[in-house]
Amino acid sequence: MTGKSSDQGSVPPDGRPYHDQPQWRNDFPIDLAQDDLVSRRDFTKFLVLTSFAFAAGQVWIVFENWRRRRRGRLPIRKIAAVNDMAVGSSLIFSYPDAHDDCIVVRTGSERFVAYSQKCTHLSCAVIPEPQNGRLVCPCHHGLFDLATGNVLAGPPRRPLPRVRLEIRDGALYATGVEVRA
Amino acid sequence: MIRPRYSRSQKLPVMMGIVSIVLIILVLQLWLLTATMSAFLAGEGEVVIPAAAASLFCLALNGGLLVYIYRMERP
Repeated sequence: MTGKSSDQGSVPPDGRPYHDQPQWRNDFPIDLAQDDLVSRRDFTKFLVLTSFAFAAGQVWIVFENWRRRRRGRLPIRKIAAVNDMAVGSSLIFSYPDAHDDCIVVRTGSERFVAYSQKCTHLSCAVIPEPQNGRLVCPCHHGLFDLATGNVLAGPPRRPLPRVRLEIRDGALYATGVEVRA
Repeated sequence: MIRPRYSRSQKLPVMMGIVSIVLIILVLQLWLLTATMSAFLAGEGEVVIPAAAASLFCLALNGGLLVYIYRMERP
């Protein structure tokens, strides 16, 4: 590789000509006077690329929000027969889509509660503990109140989305999802 | 845009100023993104469009500043 001469813009820091410079300086002939400025320009370019990524993320949220609004009213879906669930038992079901796992717990003879099974922290599956009146996320020990879905302890900051339930003709139906702040 | 003419000693503070402004805008965009995502996950969809418009405006500002740097650097 040939080194740049001083008339091409590169000036070694000791001012000696290139043929007197060590080999490594000939192999990496960086224009020292321009070096910082070019680096900052490249750095700014990466910052703007990051800015583009953030803006793309915002557009993606708009798209997801539009999809959520477009979905409109959720379907009514049968979960189970009331008599198939004992008091204190739980059942996992999918609602409204096949990938949206939810959990229903029978807390009394006529009382059922159902929530999305995804923890609002990092989407681990929550596990009901009806005897303690709470749902537990095993990943980071998030605790949710079984009666309300509100956060009791741990890193989650939002309550679990609640699935609205109806009992019709001895069967339990999911009729909607209530996302709460 | 008129191409700015700066001496080498003038370019450095101008460059540092632009990088600082871009960084501040970037932090603002990051805050916007996290706040919007939090609101969206909480079921509040009203803020997403204004937030996206603000973020795109920030991107346009950053892009404009980058173009300014390239014009400033052009011999």
